[in-house]
Amino acid sequence: MTDASYQTAPLPGAPSDASGALLAADGTPLKQRLRQAMKVSRRRAFLLVAPLLVFILASFVVPIVALLLYQGAYNDTYEARMPASTALLQQWDGVSEPTEEMAAAMVADLAAARESKEIGKVASRVNQELSGTRSLMTKTARRAAKMEPPYLAALIDRDKDWADIETWGAMKLASTSLTPAFYANAIDMKYMPDGSFEDQEEQRQIYVSLFVRTLLVSGGVMIACIFLGFPVAYLIAHLPARKANLLIILVLLPFWTSLLVRTTAWIAMLQSQGVLNDMLVFLGVTSDDSRFSLIYNMTGTVVAMTHILLPFMILPIYSVMKAIPPSHVRAAKSLGATDWTAFWRVYFPATIPGIGAGGLLVFILAIGYYITPALVGGSDGQLISNAIAYHMQRSLNYSLAAALGGILLLGVLVLYWLYDRIVGIDNMKLG
Amino acid sequence: MTRAILLAAASGIALTGAVYADAHSGKSITVVSWGGAYTKSQVEAYHKPWIEQTGNKIVSEDYNGGLAEIKAQVEAGNVTWDIVDVELSDAVRACDEGLAEELDMSALPDGADGTPAAEDFIAGTLDVPCAVPTIVWSTIFAYDKEKMEDGPTTMADFFDTEKFPGKRGLRKSPKANLEMALIADGVAADEVYDVLGTDEGVDRAFAKLDSIKDDVVWWEAGAQPPQLLADGEVAMTTAYNGRIFNAVAAEDKPFEIVWDGQIWDLDLWIIPKGAPNKEAAMDFLKFSTGTQALADQASWISYGPTRKSSSPLVGSYDGKPDLKMGPQMPTAPDNFKNALQNDFEFWADNQDELNERFNAWLAS
Repeated sequence: MTDASYQTAPLPGAPSDASGALLAADGTPLKQRLRQAMKVSRRRAFLLVAPLLVFILASFVVPIVALLLYQGAYNDTYEARMPASTALLQQWDGVSEPTEEMAAAMVADLAAARESKEIGKVASRVNQELSGTRSLMTKTARRAAKMEPPYLAALIDRDKDWADIETWGAMKLASTSLTPAFYANAIDMKYMPDGSFEDQEEQRQIYVSLFVRTLLVSGGVMIACIFLGFPVAYLIAHLPARKANLLIILVLLPFWTSLLVRTTAWIAMLQSQGVLNDMLVFLGVTSDDSRFSLIYNMTGTVVAMTHILLPFMILPIYSVMKAIPPSHVRAAKSLGATDWTAFWRVYFPATIPGIGAGGLLVFILAIGYYITPALVGGSDGQLISNAIAYHMQRSLNYSLAAALGGILLLGVLVLYWLYDRIVGIDNMKLG
Repeated sequence: MTRAILLAAASGIALTGAVYADAHSGKSITVVSWGGAYTKSQVEAYHKPWIEQTGNKIVSEDYNGGLAEIKAQVEAGNVTWDIVDVELSDAVRACDEGLAEELDMSALPDGADGTPAAEDFIAGTLDVPCAVPTIVWSTIFAYDKEKMEDGPTTMADFFDTEKFPGKRGLRKSPKANLEMALIADGVAADEVYDVLGTDEGVDRAFAKLDSIKDDVVWWEAGAQPPQLLADGEVAMTTAYNGRIFNAVAAEDKPFEIVWDGQIWDLDLWIIPKGAPNKEAAMDFLKFSTGTQALADQASWISYGPTRKSSSPLVGSYDGKPDLKMGPQMPTAPDNFKNALQNDFEFWADNQDELNERFNAWLAS
């Protein structure tokens, strides 16, 4: 209702001022009173959701934007501790011979960084750009305070690697705080000192294939969950309540069991001396020497992940099926549809929102899966989250981990957008 | 009403404050280690006698190695760990990056035989200014002798799947694997890192690993390899020597260790920068790296003490007088013939690159 409607159509008998606007009991214009009342209730509503808003901002939006996306592109480890050489390296073109001035600044910075015990952090940062420079820097820094001009010669005298343009190039890359280098690394590219991009050496290309594999595995697990989950959900939805409740508990029981326990149980089932292989040997399907490798590879990852994520598919589909009136199918049949036609043309389309919700849930959970592939993935069952965990926990290269995470997030958002375009997010029903 | 609530809240705060203060005056330190049989050996040899002697308390926590937690605690200014058992490469890195306190090595007690600490510790192991070594451990390979009577004896045998058919267990990391591959390929132990320092050397190591790639089961946690071996999942596997020993001594498994080409390393104590109970932690550190404590630990697990004066005091495995611990140590002369020390400098420099290459190789 718009404000104008109050002015043009005053209620008969209501108090109004000279211009015809409605007045409240205390004589102020009704419009103003209404606006005040609205303001109060809006403020109250805002205050009610404020704690949640602050929580989401602090625990979700800020970390994702500031830590994830920003840290993947910004790393001032070098610049903050080596200011003099940073200034000169930034002016240097990355291809010409390093100058004496640069060498002098480098020696001064190294001596200062060693004095403040910060050299290790700088050295680790440079080593991310070029392997071997960590020991070069710590070794040179130990002597830096005693070095005398000409400094370039003194550096080269300490280690011949200082004569290498590549070494200085790595310094230049590390001294660039706002850098695309980590994002480039995360898609198997290299950011070069002269500002160009090159493909990563073939032997080191790993991340793109991990991203692709993660998407394929997640998609595969989702499809497997749909095919396995749909009949189960259908069965539960059409059984009498007592039996259905029992089946629901059977679905939920593993859901409540620890992820680690379920993964380990699959190891016991599928390993080459495990239950399944023993049974196949006993039945004579395979011989004792040629047992199947069902775990520590992609098969194991897909099987264990499908089992673990299955409840996320069954429950939304079940709740949607439960809400479909049985009269629809009966009506279809009474109009002459066969069983199959009634199912496929009438019943199935009504379950799409549940499949969509389950599919999206399973897919997005699968994309971030980490413990299961780490335990049963073997060599070819690793996913991108395992690489992220490696950089968070082992190499401590937070920036690369952030860049990998940023790309993964972007990928999920694109898929979500595609899903919205194709299926429509309003079509989704969780229960 | 409001007053009553306020009063109750205030007394509650005072109470928690008192409990908090009590916990700290009673000096409780948090000791962090790797868990399992290894932590048990430390509890028996270090924690219990120290608690008895000083009346302090110890909270024992497990972790999975690496510097991630320490870095996070130090950078957030909220350090809760007082003393941590780390690998050598992590000790060096923690020290370089200012994550660990520098320690006063002159405060370490003399050996039981009177040797000053600086000479008592195995040469070169006291070089990291932030860390004191406790044990020598080793990556070896082992097999089940009930399933393989004429078992392998050299590192080359591990890579020979024609002579010794069956799956192999390897740690999913380039560390130790590349070195073992080169040793198996005929490189002398003392030249391994020179060869590995060149591109051709790395290619050679990967080529050797490639020759058994299809037969490898990869493990990650130290507890996995004895399990893989016991399940018959692999015919032989690399492992930490203490884990295999534990399976043999405590669970009577018929496993045999092959010491040829072993890659040994150190575990050390570090005190994270800004540890809440630094003094008590230092006191614990001095106690636990004394001659007797190190010797006692060796009767629980087969990791060698880092003090020379401890070696003569090493006795038998707990509860089994016949099982002498001396010959089980990586440093026992018979075991140490063809041994290589893990080069932390090499790995600190090259692990990012080699790890990417290793993962790319795994996935290809």
